[in-house]
Amino acid sequence: MAEFTLPKNSRIRTGTTHPAPSDAKKPKRFKVYRHEPESGENPSVDEYTIDRAACGPMVLDALIKIKNEVDATLTFRRSCREGVCGSCAMNIDGTNTLACTKAIDDVKGDVKIYPLPHLPVVKDLVPDLANFYAQYASIKPWLQSDSPAPADRERLQTKEDRAKMDGLYECILCASCSTSCPSYWWNSDRYLGPAILLQAYRWIIDSRDEYTGERLDNLEDPFRLYRCHTIMNCTRTCPKGLNPGKAIAEIKKLMVERRY
Amino acid sequence: MAQTDRPLSPHLQVYRPQLTSVLSVFHRGTGVVLSIGVIFLTFWLVAAAWGPAAFNFVQAFYGSWFGYLVLLGFSFCLFYHLCNGVRHLFWDAGIGFDMETLYRSGWAVLIATAGLTLFAWFIGLAMGG
Repeated sequence: MAEFTLPKNSRIRTGTTHPAPSDAKKPKRFKVYRHEPESGENPSVDEYTIDRAACGPMVLDALIKIKNEVDATLTFRRSCREGVCGSCAMNIDGTNTLACTKAIDDVKGDVKIYPLPHLPVVKDLVPDLANFYAQYASIKPWLQSDSPAPADRERLQTKEDRAKMDGLYECILCASCSTSCPSYWWNSDRYLGPAILLQAYRWIIDSRDEYTGERLDNLEDPFRLYRCHTIMNCTRTCPKGLNPGKAIAEIKKLMVERRY
Repeated sequence: MAQTDRPLSPHLQVYRPQLTSVLSVFHRGTGVVLSIGVIFLTFWLVAAAWGPAAFNFVQAFYGSWFGYLVLLGFSFCLFYHLCNGVRHLFWDAGIGFDMETLYRSGWAVLIATAGLTLFAWFIGLAMGG
């Protein structure tokens, strides 16, 4: 059932303020969600004003600067810093995206940073994605085939069949889309969410996979697939410019088509 | 996900309202209003079957400023749900999913809703209320 408010232990209290250094040429304020699990206190939003003139262009640069120079306890995930690993997905300026590809100057006013929405928070900007990964495993994201691979070469595809996976294989599973989806907020225990359904579609239309029917059977469920109400927050927020909403619509079409 | 006492990250509280989600909420909301509105429609039909006295009573209510307000709200919800429903039919056929088309069809639904509501009321009032 949809819970519109935050539980008692999740309500945000006022945090600490870290003013700009006195010689700052271009001060920019960041409001960052903080949660220290061992404090026993509720999460807070801390303010950090840093010198934009002495900082790289992306939000991730600012977070790293804060961690290096102001508050070493600030915790967040990051790895590739170029939009291919998906680690630094978070809610910046009201929408989910990758901190490493979001320019600071694209945000008007203060930069508000929260963890991905409606997930249990491990610490600061690090959410618990265990359920998300378990859902990914549930769609069996690997090639399933009963016929043996050719002895002398790999399984080949036509160029046309390969092209069907464009816009799907690029997904980095950062979970931005799934955690932007209100339907996923209220039903993530049973609804798979846009990212996992896009991945499911990637295997359904793979010409080399022979378990298309079983894959569709697995999704033929009032919750797993059909909690998608085409809200389209997913496509709106995808930092890779992919279209999970469209992929889900294609699965729904296949569900109908296979009956006739 | 009830295994820990970890806090839940904020969702509705921090997520930016945008055309995609707002129109979806509208669709749900107008659907609920239409279901309630059917009670008013039934009220009117039953009164018509009951006889002139009952019908005149109900007509007087719908002819009052409050009745007009209810009917205005109902007709707006009806046209919105209709137009956005057509948008949903296109989606069911796999059409109109790129962001540009999505925003264009969204605004088109809002404009069409306003247009149809005004048109219906213009016809209704011109025919003598």
